[in-house]
Amino acid sequence: MTSRPSRREVLAASAAALLLDPNPADAAVIKDALPWRSGTVNPPVGATPGPWRFFTNEEAAAVEALVDRLIPPDAETPGGKDAGCAVFIDRQLDGPYGSFEGHYTEGPFHKGTPEQGPQSPVTPKEHYRKSLAALDQHCRETLGAPFVQLPDERKDQVIKGLEDGSIKLDGAGSFWKLLLNDTQQGFLADPIYGGNKDMVAWKMIGFPGARYDYSDWVERHNERYPLPPISVKGNPDWSR
Amino acid sequence: MARKLPHKDVVVIGLGWTGSILSYELCEAGLDVVAIERGPWRDTPLDFQPYTAPDELRYRIRHELFLRPAQVSVTFRNNASQEALPVRNWGAFMLGNGAGGAGLHWNAETWRFLPSDFVLRSHLTQRYGANFLPQDMTIQDWGIKWDEIEPHYDRFEYLCGTSGTAGNVKGAVQDGGNPFEGPRSRPYPTPAQKQPFSHTLFAKAAREMGYKPFPQPSGNLSQAYTNPLGVTLAPCTFCGFCEWFGCANYSKASPQTTILPALVRKKNFEARTECEVVRINLDSSGKRATGVTYVDTSGEELEQPADLVLLCAFQLFNVQLLLLSGIGKPYDPTSGQGQIGRNFTHQTVSGGIGFFDKDKFNFNPFIASGAIGMCIDEFNGDNFDHGPLGFVGGGYLGQVQTNGRPIETTPLPPGTPAWGPQWKQALRDNYLSTVFCGAGVHASFYSYRDNYLDLDPTYKDRFGRPLVRITMDFHENELKMSAWLTDKFGEILQHMGAKQVVKQPRKGPYDVTKYQTSHLCGGAIMGDNPSNSAINKYLQSWDVPNLFVQGATAFPQNAGYNPTGTVGALAYSSAAAIRSQYLKNPGPLVHA
Amino acid sequence: MPDRVHAGRAALLAVLLLAPPGAVADNQDFSQIERGRYLTIAGDCNACHTLPGSGKLLAGGRPVETPFGNLLAPNITPDLETGIGAWSDDEFVNALTKGTGRAGTRLYPAMPYTYMTKTTREDALAIRAYLKTVPAVRNPVRSNQLPFPFNIRLGLAAWDQLFFTPGTFHPDSRKSAEWNRGAYLAEGLMHCGLCHTPKNFAGGDTGRRLQGYVLQGWFAPDITSDRRRGIGGWSVEDIATYLKTGHNRVQAASGPMAEMVMDSSSKMSDADLRAIAVYLKDQPGGSDQASASQPDQALMKTGASIFVDECAACHRQNASGVPGMFPTLAGSPAVQSTDPSSLLRVILRGARSAATDAAPTAPGMPAFGWLLSDQEVAAVATYVRNAWGNAAPPVSSDDVAKARSALSRRSD
Repeated sequence: MTSRPSRREVLAASAAALLLDPNPADAAVIKDALPWRSGTVNPPVGATPGPWRFFTNEEAAAVEALVDRLIPPDAETPGGKDAGCAVFIDRQLDGPYGSFEGHYTEGPFHKGTPEQGPQSPVTPKEHYRKSLAALDQHCRETLGAPFVQLPDERKDQVIKGLEDGSIKLDGAGSFWKLLLNDTQQGFLADPIYGGNKDMVAWKMIGFPGARYDYSDWVERHNERYPLPPISVKGNPDWSR
Repeated sequence: MARKLPHKDVVVIGLGWTGSILSYELCEAGLDVVAIERGPWRDTPLDFQPYTAPDELRYRIRHELFLRPAQVSVTFRNNASQEALPVRNWGAFMLGNGAGGAGLHWNAETWRFLPSDFVLRSHLTQRYGANFLPQDMTIQDWGIKWDEIEPHYDRFEYLCGTSGTAGNVKGAVQDGGNPFEGPRSRPYPTPAQKQPFSHTLFAKAAREMGYKPFPQPSGNLSQAYTNPLGVTLAPCTFCGFCEWFGCANYSKASPQTTILPALVRKKNFEARTECEVVRINLDSSGKRATGVTYVDTSGEELEQPADLVLLCAFQLFNVQLLLLSGIGKPYDPTSGQGQIGRNFTHQTVSGGIGFFDKDKFNFNPFIASGAIGMCIDEFNGDNFDHGPLGFVGGGYLGQVQTNGRPIETTPLPPGTPAWGPQWKQALRDNYLSTVFCGAGVHASFYSYRDNYLDLDPTYKDRFGRPLVRITMDFHENELKMSAWLTDKFGEILQHMGAKQVVKQPRKGPYDVTKYQTSHLCGGAIMGDNPSNSAINKYLQSWDVPNLFVQGATAFPQNAGYNPTGTVGALAYSSAAAIRSQYLKNPGPLVHA
Repeated sequence: MPDRVHAGRAALLAVLLLAPPGAVADNQDFSQIERGRYLTIAGDCNACHTLPGSGKLLAGGRPVETPFGNLLAPNITPDLETGIGAWSDDEFVNALTKGTGRAGTRLYPAMPYTYMTKTTREDALAIRAYLKTVPAVRNPVRSNQLPFPFNIRLGLAAWDQLFFTPGTFHPDSRKSAEWNRGAYLAEGLMHCGLCHTPKNFAGGDTGRRLQGYVLQGWFAPDITSDRRRGIGGWSVEDIATYLKTGHNRVQAASGPMAEMVMDSSSKMSDADLRAIAVYLKDQPGGSDQASASQPDQALMKTGASIFVDECAACHRQNASGVPGMFPTLAGSPAVQSTDPSSLLRVILRGARSAATDAAPTAPGMPAFGWLLSDQEVAAVATYVRNAWGNAAPPVSSDDVAKARSALSRRSD
């Protein structure tokens, strides 16, 4: 299977689609015909299964504990941990998102107004690393145990402290927003990214996922849509 | 020293909507055209499969189709007392990249402005008196009238196959359409899209309240359509992955689905992608463009000579290139002198949330298209009496919710905790039964003396060129208008049967992190003479007659509608003038 | 005025006076060279004799796939040493119509002389006249790239004895002039059967004319009047439109047929395309019936799910397609082909349909091989072949695995 040619491949390809070739090679110059390469797909970079790629085991345990309080398990739907939110965050931090890839990262760095947007050079990777270390230190010093070992009510109190700012982690002012955002995104994103395992979040809310055709349903007003959700990678239930 | 390439008749900077329209028109006129596009080539079956396209994280959250700020960004400040800082990741607007430009990833909401919008200052002054307008408001007439631009609106709509219900055909008001629209010469090329539940409910409520709702004009087609170029589009399937996304089944009007297949076949057309124009070159007189300099994929600088230069690089980058190339005089807000960079505007969008009884209402918000919606236009432009209200401007109101993508669609009743079991439960209870319309009010953004663009003194792009600096804030007029319109919107949500309505009017200061459409306008505005504009009504530069500046840079102020229809119409108007007048007699088309 | 135009006009006059009715194009204004150019387009000589991307018209060197290995099509530009510039007119006509090269060598029937034998001498000379005017390109091509023992041409004499009936086209007096014109082109220059007629062990045509054949990783479908597997359900208009634009209300040409439409039939006259359509509508289908056995219901159920989830956004829930854009699957001969090679290829690798001036959109089907497992492809392929009143043999996951593996070795 040929994936979408990378920029490097396109650079290396010959110029100009030439006459008499209905399937010109992919090229930076487009002339005479629309490019086509049989078998081309443009898949996302999904989460690969396996060990943690960014988090240390301790960090991962803390993050799993955090996400499981942010989105607790209940009778109907798994919590953040079993839904894979920590895996999601781990893989995202390991990718372009974690390193601000594509962002404008030139200095000088000045703190501006809130309306001017984030100006910190601290990448999400660095942010998590620092903040998790600081959280760990805070919990040990003030509560006598790392976050993961605290009882749930205590965990919730710590989280509330992060939320309202009463717990100030060293060098991690906006960690709370980052963590909450990433956790909820992991819960609701396509399962190919490691979270929303088995599409549990989508099933919970009634979102049918990566579907593309609702033409027969547009005018069926106030009716429940009956089909289960599918992901970018399809539907594991097809053969069931 | 840049290597000089063989001459071309025309060089087009950017292959978005206007670049594609102009390239096609000038190829038809027999000219040799090269389009230089900064981003990659994009095409439906290669880039957007029906199973990979509907991916919210990838395209909406991680912005995969958009320009990377690392490649070029802008800086921002609210006012001159602040230091402008870089926009390190996009927020308030999303800048396209690649063939198709913004036309690839837009919602396809295809509106026309009102006739009065084109003569705004005259109109408002006549009705309310000059003192009614804020002192620092710099709105002006466009230098073009409705009758001149109407045929070009028609052309753009028939290019796209726009789906809609006409409201006024040749002066006769039509049932079911927008009764306020300017007279059109004929109906839309395809019928309006079918509407989902909440949109229909909005229309019902609006009707009961005495308004005249109509379907939003949509470039997501209601049926298959072959346009005058012979290119065919397929019907939209309401996937709910429109704005921010590429369309996987040829049903969203874009350069890809309306022009490029026919354009690429022309022997006199060539597109060079992944090449960035860094400068428009002028001769020693400074009054004639000799072509452009661009950087190709290997990093080499190349000079492309041409007789005619079309600047189609999107509003912000049009202005950047004009400033960097020394074309026209940069605007100075203190003296008020200079045209390049002034009258920079955006869009005043606001909306609201309606929470409904989940046992009675199931909206299936995921069934939608980018330009779905039922709208009312009673409060747009000067369609209503502003006298007692103390502001000018307006917008359309509508239930125009385009999707139910879950990461973005988690509106929860006020007071709901942001996390924990109640958050989860609220999500479960509200997802299907909530009307979440962040752009339910799509209103004008008039121009002001102190909202402008210039070049940043500190921050540079990867070539070492200064970034564009945005100085922008909301003014009292727009905030007052937004509050008033949002109240009206909230009333309709209430009338729909919501158990709780949360209004979300736009509040200042202007925040570059909050998305509020990518409808950036102005900076090289059109007008009837060089003392009040940068370009004439055919988009021809007053300073450099063989340069035409396309796009929303031309708007002296932004109206209460999405701008693309008007951008397309101006492009066709400009192309017609170039073909029928300029090519026969190159030189200024308007003598002011 | 140049000599050749004089000669052309004389030749045209001769043709008008002497040629049998069925063999003359109904446009009488061509000079011999223009006529030759038109016939060269009709015969799609480019498809083999021009190397794509080379920009060198008819200079040879393009690999031609045969069941026995590859050949390289020779240089037919007028170059004296490496092309056919030194050939006499008779030698050229004999190559086209008798399969003989210079000095008595035989051509491999990959050069479809078995079909082109029907071409009149006048038409062959017109082609020759045109070929003399294309730029001469020096390009020595060693055509015979076949592995032993196929590279020994001696066997061709025997092959010709068994499988080649030489002779100019004889019109059928029971049929219309239009039919005969279509037959002259389809059975002759346009050599439809080369791709569309099943071959025997030796690569010769079987008697099951135009009932479909696998080559270049595609199944060139049945183009007889069989209603299920052929184009019996298409009108003359449908066929002519397809040849002109690469699309009609139910189907889109992709793969080698798209190439053929873009390079050849889209540039032919409407009258000729109609004639071909009239002829094809009259071709009898095979006598074997579609398989009566019901496909596995579990497979159908899985296939139906996949169809609803992944295919309907273009092909529509009821498989009606979108005319000119996305082929109809209900009642589609392409889908119900006995051999599912094309169907599997299109599902696994996608396909871009033909782009012509009349229909430039060239909608593409994306590749689904990334998304679907062998079993899932088998299910959805079996489903589309047997839903909506369709009936065709099921597809197994083994079939899909084999197709996937074979396709992975192809670059096209």
